[in-house]
Amino acid sequence: MSITCVESCNAPATPGRECTAAPSAPADGVAVERRLVKGNEALSLGAVHGGCEAFFGYPITPQNEIPEILSGLLPKLGRVFIQAESEVASINMIYGAAAAGHRAMTSSSSPGISLMMEGLSYIAGARLPCLIMNVMRGGPGLGNIAPSQSDYFQACKGGGHGDYHSIVLAPWNVQECFTFPALGFDLADRYRMPAFILADAVLGSMLEPATIPKEFPPIRRIEKEWATCGRGKRSHKNVVNSLHLDPEVLSEHNELLQATYREARREIRYDMRQAEDAEVLLVAFGISARVALSTVNLLRREGRKVGLLRPITLYPFPDAPLTELAARVKSMLVFELNSGQMVEDVRLAVNGRCPVHFYGKMGGVIPAPDELADVVRRIHSGKAEEKP
Amino acid sequence: MSTLQSAAEAPAAEPGSDMTAAVAPVSSERKPTDGLECVFQRPASMTDKPLHYCPGCTHGIIHRLVAEMVDEFGLLEKTVGVCPVGCSVFAYEYFEFDGIQASHGRAPAVATAVKRCDPSRFVFTYQGDGDLAAIGMAETIWAAARGENITIFFVNNGIYGMTGGQMAPTTLIGQKTTTSPTGRDPLTTGLPIGMCELLATLPGVAYIARVPMSSPKGVNTAKKYMRKAVRAQLEHKGFSMVELLSTCPVQWGLTPVQAMKHIDEDVLKVYPAKVFVDRVDAT
Repeated sequence: MSITCVESCNAPATPGRECTAAPSAPADGVAVERRLVKGNEALSLGAVHGGCEAFFGYPITPQNEIPEILSGLLPKLGRVFIQAESEVASINMIYGAAAAGHRAMTSSSSPGISLMMEGLSYIAGARLPCLIMNVMRGGPGLGNIAPSQSDYFQACKGGGHGDYHSIVLAPWNVQECFTFPALGFDLADRYRMPAFILADAVLGSMLEPATIPKEFPPIRRIEKEWATCGRGKRSHKNVVNSLHLDPEVLSEHNELLQATYREARREIRYDMRQAEDAEVLLVAFGISARVALSTVNLLRREGRKVGLLRPITLYPFPDAPLTELAARVKSMLVFELNSGQMVEDVRLAVNGRCPVHFYGKMGGVIPAPDELADVVRRIHSGKAEEKP
Repeated sequence: MSTLQSAAEAPAAEPGSDMTAAVAPVSSERKPTDGLECVFQRPASMTDKPLHYCPGCTHGIIHRLVAEMVDEFGLLEKTVGVCPVGCSVFAYEYFEFDGIQASHGRAPAVATAVKRCDPSRFVFTYQGDGDLAAIGMAETIWAAARGENITIFFVNNGIYGMTGGQMAPTTLIGQKTTTSPTGRDPLTTGLPIGMCELLATLPGVAYIARVPMSSPKGVNTAKKYMRKAVRAQLEHKGFSMVELLSTCPVQWGLTPVQAMKHIDEDVLKVYPAKVFVDRVDAT
């Protein structure tokens, strides 16, 4: 097969190779320790290691450890922490800090992220890099504080107004919760667009062994020639703006954004397990992929040829490997903790080449691998019909 | 009660009565001729782009005062101006220093982050009354409550100018706007908000003052107040704001001269001009 994939360790693209590597562990030569780490703690430490210079946020369950940890850590390192008066203020503080050229971030959970959407649209329009962590909970509305994946549309399809996208990274374990913030900052800076880490209440709250460096690296300032940090010795002023009244000018700006999104497709990352000979391919991201992998292992022991594809970048979406796999597998099953959101992207990639089934749970319910295995068995035995 | 009239009822403007013309900036390219000293020219912090503001609006004067402040304190290289939605959304076009266009009402949050990340910068916001007192009320109060070391130039003309003359939080009782067509009724729309009075209660503020832009005296006083507000920030005293009572002849339906009189005769009764808080020179 000729799937092109980019490993999540930032290595160059390796054509013809399946990406099964977990995202990068800390770099060689860095003193590390392996210990039990909570997901939210890993997200916090990962942000600091990733060069976070400023955090602006507002408490909301189930991600409160992140601002709690960073409120102690960032000031000690001479960096900025502000507990804002609202999520609306938080995202606009990020807008300011990012405009001034700093690596800025927030963390929140679903209802709080909704409040940030106006600001995020401005950030996208002004081409500002920043990092947003969404530790998703059940919705809509106040919902609950249990794990959910129902903000996929919001994260991947814009969320705020206007034609824009954010890079979206979906960790599935605590180690990735540590490594993805740095990756998110890097990608945001590279493409001048916002980056999301789409986690959930399980990932945020679970304890797992993770390899964490013992010391924080110093801030590595990245030269941003467009930043509004005061003119200094520059011969010209810089302006950060998303207003373009002339339709032709705005159209040109929109085209530039879209070209950026096409360019960002180089960053597609995914993880495949036992997909080589799979007859039924499970497609799942984040915590759902953990359940799906257990299901794959359970069914393999029964002799059923089942595999897993886990999108790591939800945007840009790994459609090419799915298109290719669709020609080889008998059917696919998309499993999400929502009513069916990523499945739309899978169906677009598959484009009718094979049946695409969906199994979803809402409201914070996580099925056990046994339950999911029953669904896969029905599909594998040809007893399940594809539903729209 | 407001004495605002509709445009149809208003008498024609007197020749030469346009206040913006009286302070029109002189091009910096203009060279002093022999024996003459150049005593007035465009501030170095201001571009030579023609202003888009309506005749009789004082945005142009206030822009010039901001630029004069930046020049006077030698801040061109370290200034970041934050201007959100409204008539002043293009303010960055008229200044030579770095500028950020913020979303409606959020300039104090944007400015907060710029200043916290780069404390050596001079960071100001330039906001209208709808922006600062309606949609951005929380951001304004909280920037003041935290004692953020930023400066706000608050241009209050009591109406939503850019969007077509709708009612603002600062609209006077009885004032006709497109969304209070029979005059603002406090029973249904509440009462005008005095932002200086409100913010002056917060211990985080270093300097709060209000001044009318309706006369040369007012302009001179505005400059004095703005100078103090800039000093508040440069001396790390905390939050500073100058409220500038401005005009909107077009949406008020008045001539420029009538608009100036309206400030003096009606607006000042509701929004008295004074220094509310001055902790800049406190030891």
